Amino acid sequence: MSATDTQAGANSLRSGPDGRGRFGIFGGRFVAETLMPLLLELDDAYRAAQADPEFRRELDYYLQDYVGRPSPLWFARRMTEQLGGAKIYMKREELNHTGSHKLNNVMGQILLARRMGRTRIVAETGAGQHGVATATVCALFGMKCAIYMGATDVERQKPNVFRMRLLGAEVVPVTAGAGTLKDAMNEAMRDWVTNVHDTYFLVGTVAGPHPYPQMVRDFQSIIGVETKEQIVAAEGRLPDAIVAAIGGGSNAMGIFHPFLDDPEVRLIGVEAAGCGLDSGRTAASIERGKPGVLHGNRTYLLQDADGQITEAHSISAGLDYPGVGPEHSWLSDIGRAEYVGATDQEALDAFQLCTRTEGIIPALESAHAIAYAAKIAPGMGKDQIIVINISGRGDKDIFTVAEHLGVKL
Amino acid sequence: MSRIARRFATLRQQGRGALIPYVEACDPDYDTSLAILRGMPGAGADLIEVGVPFSDPSADGPTIQKAALRGLKGDSTMKRVLEMVTAFRDGDDETPIILMGYTNPIEAYGPERFCVDAKAAGVDGLIVVDMPPEEADLLAGPAAAAGLDIIRLVAPTTPDDRLPVVFNGASGFVYYVSITGVTGTRTASTDELAHALPRLRRATDLPIAIGFGIRTPELAANAVRAADAAVVASALLNTLEGTLNADGRATARTVPAVLEQLRGLADAVHAVSKTVSK
Ligand SMILES: Cc1ncc(COP(=O)(O)O)c(C=O)c1O
Repeated sequence: MSATDTQAGANSLRSGPDGRGRFGIFGGRFVAETLMPLLLELDDAYRAAQADPEFRRELDYYLQDYVGRPSPLWFARRMTEQLGGAKIYMKREELNHTGSHKLNNVMGQILLARRMGRTRIVAETGAGQHGVATATVCALFGMKCAIYMGATDVERQKPNVFRMRLLGAEVVPVTAGAGTLKDAMNEAMRDWVTNVHDTYFLVGTVAGPHPYPQMVRDFQSIIGVETKEQIVAAEGRLPDAIVAAIGGGSNAMGIFHPFLDDPEVRLIGVEAAGCGLDSGRTAASIERGKPGVLHGNRTYLLQDADGQITEAHSISAGLDYPGVGPEHSWLSDIGRAEYVGATDQEALDAFQLCTRTEGIIPALESAHAIAYAAKIAPGMGKDQIIVINISGRGDKDIFTVAEHLGVKL
Repeated sequence: MSRIARRFATLRQQGRGALIPYVEACDPDYDTSLAILRGMPGAGADLIEVGVPFSDPSADGPTIQKAALRGLKGDSTMKRVLEMVTAFRDGDDETPIILMGYTNPIEAYGPERFCVDAKAAGVDGLIVVDMPPEEADLLAGPAAAAGLDIIRLVAPTTPDDRLPVVFNGASGFVYYVSITGVTGTRTASTDELAHALPRLRRATDLPIAIGFGIRTPELAANAVRAADAAVVASALLNTLEGTLNADGRATARTVPAVLEQLRGLADAVHAVSKTVSK
């Protein structure tokens, strides 16, 4: 079984994107001409890698012995009992090396960058999880590494900033805009356009210009591929619902994709509602945005009537982005996946629920998924099954949580 | 013949190169940017690029980023930008105006309505930074119907076998992004230009403008020796920024300082005599 195994029939929902990198009207390659030849080269290199069994073998080796895959599918007995409804399973992506799902994608892309002869890596990061994962593989392979991170995020994710620096990465705080992920993405693109001769842009989520959304999805699909095997082994059937948090959408796309052609499985993406979906302070791009073009692709965006991108807000740095991956925009429009919101407060409550009932401290990002699962589980039958993607562990968030609980560390 | 084609034909007859200065709409306010725009032809501008502020100008360096933010603070909207061009056309029916910006504000306005309204306002051409040929169908139809030129960008990374793709559907002139990088940073060397221009000439008959990193009269003169036009943006915006008061507002020096610098650039460009070599 292979994570890049996306061969699908003509009527399959898994056959996207098309030749232009589109999922319906979403996606594409809206970049400056300087970058266009590089994207075409990347597309070719990725196809060649996909077709090369040696690439697959190498990736599988690192996924198993370095990342620590497969990750377990855990039956959350106490949380299930406490909620009193559907059976809750947790896909334990927080157990990966570096503490999140991010390394699945990073491992794939760094091997590709090496095949392409690149020697320097740039990446954007929000929570710092993608930055840490990227700095980690750069240390592993002895490559130069520059991580762009919004100044606000540098402040609220200090442990990760220090980790990246320990790993030898240059962390560049970005003060433009609100100093969050969107601004870091702009700055990473500027670095790439300036250093195209030796630099590989290692995008951390299923967004950006084609082929990134496809490539990142393929590398993250290992989550869903394993989940499918594991739930069938445990329960003899597919789950009724899969719930995942949506920042750019990579952990969600990774767990959703292998289930797209199984209509009996509800796919639920949980966006960060921030202070509330209608508060004006949210990161819920699908629920409160409009289609537009940013960072190389057409997708749902938080924007004003004049097409200016507005700032997102979330307690969780990893979800604090005014856009979303184009494949999610498409899945929402065609009705295959549902997109809902969880507020900052709901995420904080779910963070504590998970910690106290399961002994698992989840990332605040993942806590958004837990919050929504906790909302729907009681109304479901005891024979029904929900899988929550625990995309990361919460060690990086303890300062933020302590502050909200009024505790001084 | 379009204003752009007419202007380049005249310049060619006169054996001159063109200077194309850039002004960001509503930077730092509508009246100031309109005053600069109106003063530009008199200060030697042959064509003018008007920047449409966007919140996320990911292909631009710090100078244009700041100008875009000042423009947004100065209440720029696409509607205001078009009003500004209309106001300019009141007194100048000759100087071509090219709008330069990003896809999203055009998409938000509606590509068809945008092309119709832009043409009616007196816009002649469009440069959309994040719209490569692969995505150009969004504007191609409406722009052609309205009679607007689509100015294509070419970069040092564009390989020879891609040039036909880039030039397919291009009109007006071609904009050569002379460095790999963002606006307002590095400058291309004379050697780099000497290498780049022949390969572009072989692939297109359109006039070629060089932009990115041209900040002095000397560099501008070099650019028109190699090509047909020089685009100057960040250098003028830096000057503008330097005249603002502590609150970021325009002062009495703002408009004259920008136009005076423009005059120096134009004199250098127009002193280059271009013998017709084709
Ligand atoms: C643990 C964790 N989960 C989720 C996300 C959100 O990203 P995505 O939606 O791409 O999975 C992040 C991003 O930083 C993260 O660190």
